Amino acid sequence: MTSTAQDTRRKARRPRAPGRGVPPALLAPALIGLAFLLVPLLALVVRAPWRDLPEQLTSPAVWDALRLSLVCATTATALSLVVGVPLAWLLARTDFPGRSLVRALVTLPLVLPPVVGGVALLLALGRNGIVGRWLDEWFGVTLPFTTAGVVLAETFVALPFLVISVEGTLRAADPRFEEAAATLGASRFTAFRRVTLPLIAPGVAAGAVLAWARALGEFGATITFAGNFPGRTQTMPLAVYLALQNDPAAAIALSLVLLAVSVAVLAGLRDRWTRAV
Amino acid sequence: MTRHPPSQGLDARLVVEHGSFRLDVALSAAPGDVVALLGPNGAGKTTALRALAGLAPLTDGHLRLDGADLARTPPESRPVGVVFQDYLLFPHLTALDNVAFGPRCRGAGRSEARARAAAWLERMGLAEHVGAKPKRLSGGQAQRVALARALATDPRLLLLDEPLAALDARTRLEVRAQLRRHLADFEAVAVLVTHDPLDAMVLADRLVVVERGRVVQEGAPADIARHPRTDYIAQLVGLNLYRGRADGHTVRLDAGPKVSTTEDLSGPAFVAFPPGAVTLYRDRPTGSSARNLWRCEVAGLESHGDQIRVELTGELPLAADLTAVAVAELGLHPGAPVWAAVKATQTHAYPA
Repeated sequence: MTSTAQDTRRKARRPRAPGRGVPPALLAPALIGLAFLLVPLLALVVRAPWRDLPEQLTSPAVWDALRLSLVCATTATALSLVVGVPLAWLLARTDFPGRSLVRALVTLPLVLPPVVGGVALLLALGRNGIVGRWLDEWFGVTLPFTTAGVVLAETFVALPFLVISVEGTLRAADPRFEEAAATLGASRFTAFRRVTLPLIAPGVAAGAVLAWARALGEFGATITFAGNFPGRTQTMPLAVYLALQNDPAAAIALSLVLLAVSVAVLAGLRDRWTRAV
Repeated sequence: MTRHPPSQGLDARLVVEHGSFRLDVALSAAPGDVVALLGPNGAGKTTALRALAGLAPLTDGHLRLDGADLARTPPESRPVGVVFQDYLLFPHLTALDNVAFGPRCRGAGRSEARARAAAWLERMGLAEHVGAKPKRLSGGQAQRVALARALATDPRLLLLDEPLAALDARTRLEVRAQLRRHLADFEAVAVLVTHDPLDAMVLADRLVVVERGRVVQEGAPADIARHPRTDYIAQLVGLNLYRGRADGHTVRLDAGPKVSTTEDLSGPAFVAFPPGAVTLYRDRPTGSSARNLWRCEVAGLESHGDQIRVELTGELPLAADLTAVAVAELGLHPGAPVWAAVKATQTHAYPA
């Protein structure tokens, strides 16, 4: 009697019961979507100048651009973590007037065209910008058209990704752990550092990956705010775009490198990624 | 009864308002006391506990512990330890580091905090589990780690929120006995919140019954079990309870009928008797010595331990406990008319 009941249950739990296949109305668009994502990447691989590739990739200009891209994206991610995690905590755990407005403003760069972001950065931090003027006058610091400018432009577009991701993780985390820490004598900062941060670490890591990927691919804000100087502000996406106009084979080679780097990062962080997102 | 605010121990009146709910309870306890806040779900017990811990702000009232005013003190600065209902052990820390967390935050060095934590865990019989993460601990072990964590800061007030609710019946028995021992050793004030009368009576010296944000009765467990003053408490301790007006050996119940009692009282009074004292008859008994006889109807039957509890409506709504044999012989079923009798010597009347 019991075993029969168990058998029925086991059968019911089978993933594919008869007559429960995938409806064509869902399958067809799903496959089209998949093809749409994969075919361009495939084209990149198919049309790559494999014979000239070693020569293309040994040119120092490629390595300069790649190094610059990695350094700037990583620095921008670090900057985003330093200011973004506290900002996310503020949005998730405190209640202040105008919080929802602040939250909306934080997400604005997500939808703002990056070129507009670049223009805005110029107006703020440029030599005649409302902040940049004082930076220049008091400290002799000029940000536009420098490597630091690249980092700032990338941070501007990457930071919202990190904040939104970490805020979501914080909201899902049980705030009562912070209360338990408080009853044990922990200040809010200690509770954050020793309890909350370790608990949300996977979410922070996922947010950092998102921010890093966004920073690595940044084009519009960078070229507007930092220009396109090889070795100083010319990151991979800028190099690809420039190469496409006079040396398409080089553009494809550079694109392949970016693709390889992205795949490597995704594969390396896959476990973290799937656990947190 | 007026109680002078003790300079030692707890003296509080907790008023917390949120939305339409208002909690207003007065609590006082001397060092060494274990007080249980007992009440149904939603009565405000946990809110009272959170107010004591500083996690819910007081709307009004006062809170003094060993003479110090704590009403405006943030939770991290109160000498209060809390055992949360689901323990809230930090999942990324070992049992040892969970217990050492409090001493660390209160200024102890890393090795000193760990030594104190190890001593507490040893006292709880958890010496071999110091390195275990919370998810590797059983329910009973996690409960003891949570207790050790709360005690490791040497609190002057220990708060326990439904300390046994998360445990299964078997573990509960064992942990209840251990918890009782640890609470007996604790020299400061302990306040525990529970909806389980057994937990409250075993663990506490004094019960404070809270219903709808108010204290409805307080006193020693035995006294409350004998003299319940609300339907909720009567139900918890398993008594039929009625309110009425006494005149000599008779109490005229608000519900209508009269009850003969052995006590001689006058004025508002309660009458209580256990369901086991009720005898049921199919026909009106003749020559019965019981003067308390009511015409009733069976509303429902359910098993209750090795007895069957019969819910009756009619002249007087009441519960009666019968053996299965008696139920069968009487042919009881919902809707069946019966006569219910209770001897005066089995009732207990006390002033309301």
